[in-house]
Amino acid sequence: MFRFIVRRLLQLIPTLFGLSLLLFIWLRRLPGGPETAILGERGTPEMRAAIRRNMGLDEPILVQYGRFVRRLIRLDLGTSTSTKRAVTTEFLERFPGTVELTVMALAIAIGLGIPLGYLAARRRGRLLDHASVGGSLIGICIPVFFLAYVLKAIFSENLGWFPSSGRQDPTIGATRITNFFVLDGLMTREWDAAADALWHLVLPGIALASIPLAIIVRITRASVLEVLNEDFVRTAEAKGLTERTVRRRHVLRNAMLPVVTSIGLLTGGLLSGAVLTETVFAFSGIGAFIYDAIGQRDYPVLMGFILIIAVVYVLVNLIVDLSYSLIDPRVRVR
Amino acid sequence: MSLLEVDDLSVTFARRGQRTVHAVDGVSFSVDAGEVVGLVGESGCGKSVTSLAIMGLLPKQPGLRVGGKAVFDGTDLLQLDDRSRRDIRGRDIAMIFQDPLSSLNPVVPIGLQVTEVLARHRGMKGDAAAKEAAALLDRVGIPDPKRRLKEYPHQLSGGMRQRALIAMAVACKPRLLIADEPTTALDVTIQAQILELLKELVRDSGTALVMITHDLGVVAGMCDTINVLYAGRVVETARRRPLFREPRHPYTVGLLGSVPRLDAGRGERLNPIPGSVRDVLPWPDGCAFAPRCSRRIDACVGEPPELVLAHDGRSYRCVNPAPLPGVEPGQEVRGAVPTEAQPGSVPAQAVPNDPPAVQGFGPAPREEEKP
Repeated sequence: MFRFIVRRLLQLIPTLFGLSLLLFIWLRRLPGGPETAILGERGTPEMRAAIRRNMGLDEPILVQYGRFVRRLIRLDLGTSTSTKRAVTTEFLERFPGTVELTVMALAIAIGLGIPLGYLAARRRGRLLDHASVGGSLIGICIPVFFLAYVLKAIFSENLGWFPSSGRQDPTIGATRITNFFVLDGLMTREWDAAADALWHLVLPGIALASIPLAIIVRITRASVLEVLNEDFVRTAEAKGLTERTVRRRHVLRNAMLPVVTSIGLLTGGLLSGAVLTETVFAFSGIGAFIYDAIGQRDYPVLMGFILIIAVVYVLVNLIVDLSYSLIDPRVRVR
Repeated sequence: MSLLEVDDLSVTFARRGQRTVHAVDGVSFSVDAGEVVGLVGESGCGKSVTSLAIMGLLPKQPGLRVGGKAVFDGTDLLQLDDRSRRDIRGRDIAMIFQDPLSSLNPVVPIGLQVTEVLARHRGMKGDAAAKEAAALLDRVGIPDPKRRLKEYPHQLSGGMRQRALIAMAVACKPRLLIADEPTTALDVTIQAQILELLKELVRDSGTALVMITHDLGVVAGMCDTINVLYAGRVVETARRRPLFREPRHPYTVGLLGSVPRLDAGRGERLNPIPGSVRDVLPWPDGCAFAPRCSRRIDACVGEPPELVLAHDGRSYRCVNPAPLPGVEPGQEVRGAVPTEAQPGSVPAQAVPNDPPAVQGFGPAPREEEKP
């Protein structure tokens, strides 16, 4: 198991290497070159030349690439052209919010999706089944930002149950350690701060969870229906096992395999999909920042974001593979 | 009183907009304690559905109707509620299935799949259960049982998997074991071993065995009494020797004739039964086998043939049976029996070292090899 993890982490190196090459080429191939990206269309030829010299763009291409990689290894992603701060600093500040939101959305999607999908399969053709299948169709169809606005209008503006924006009430004056607000609250034992941060996550979490929830419900339902027809479930019944044992040990465990795979695929999408939700709820995660960076052609920020998303994808898939091998001995890793 | 009395068992699947399917259409047979009873027939004759109906394992679906009786030790299994059924299943009646790989849970170790039965019915836990499970695996001939307990089904060979399934089935020393085509998915050599194992278990424990198969070789090797099924009904019941020596029902004759024989001449063709199982007449309209029968007469169509109880306790459902050698058709001792009579209700005894009744059908190969 340990060797598998190490091997998979080592696989990260060629992946990142390839990605760095792509990013480097992309950066060099920008219309007008990086100097235009920084200066915009109005720069004079002298200014361009100065920037080229400053950035070392007049040196041989291999030297440039070497320097680019060296900086990446030191986690130096450059400076944001819009905020003039180090990209790494910006990310450390904003990324935790997005991670919290993603985890919240995943927790909602998994915690509701698997039981709902299971029950729908067991009550196939009855009201609950139709309701959850139909509901999941609606969940997939509604655009996330629209759902976000609706949730905000009903539950925060009309009913006032949840806060409408932000990650935490600033008047609480919470201590910051990791910038994961919920985690910080727990670590510093500022329970009210943790609860408040969690409370701020509910509405955006639900909005973001809608699509993965719908997908998980459907996959779980289909998977359970398939497993219920398997011979080994009949064997388990023939042994006279209680319904509970049959359900947990024989049906659910086997039905989870495709669900786990889909959760892995959904997680990566959630991180990049958080952008819209964060915008609606003025949630200071990475989403709004990336949104601005795209508008302002802030290439160092975008590059850093792409790299981080890639690393997260690889890590999430590692976790998926590990949990897969925990459930299914046939793919158990050595 | 038999251990299991199946009386007029019927299973129908009704679907809106489709013709109702009579998968089992009035099957009756009985099993005595310690007896090995065969249910033989080709695919689709209702063998498996019969066994699943007795076990209460038919997939619940709207339109499924199970009628008749299946009395096990004085209790009608078909009238039991789900809970009492679960108590009986695995403890008093156990079942072995056809495909050992798909019948085992791929993600649960063999050990747990054995101990879960022990835990459910014998209240065994922890080390005691593990020890008993290892003993069971050893009993069914799995080498190095302690190690096997931790392994998963995909790590076992086909024969070992079937042995493991048998171990699970006999874990609680059931009084009745139902084996649904237990050797169909296995190699021929492994088949013989598994049959030998089943025979041994039955002999040692006094468990009754219902052997469901389409393989007449299997039947010849181990069954005391044989019920031949066609289109959801028992068409002939007899003890092994008479059945192979003098089959009466034309369908039985056809089954025996369509098996390839080693002593047949070179280039001799097989004699299949013409037509297919789909060419059936609904039983109320006459004999279901009539459309394929070479001995068909006018009396076959119109009303279902009555059960005929012939000499030797055998019975068949045919108005124009194959003649007995040396007996004129008119002289034969026979009488129609009222419909309440059970085919096979006359207990049959296994004859030890029974010589092959029909050339080409020996008992299971292993037995012949013994000195």
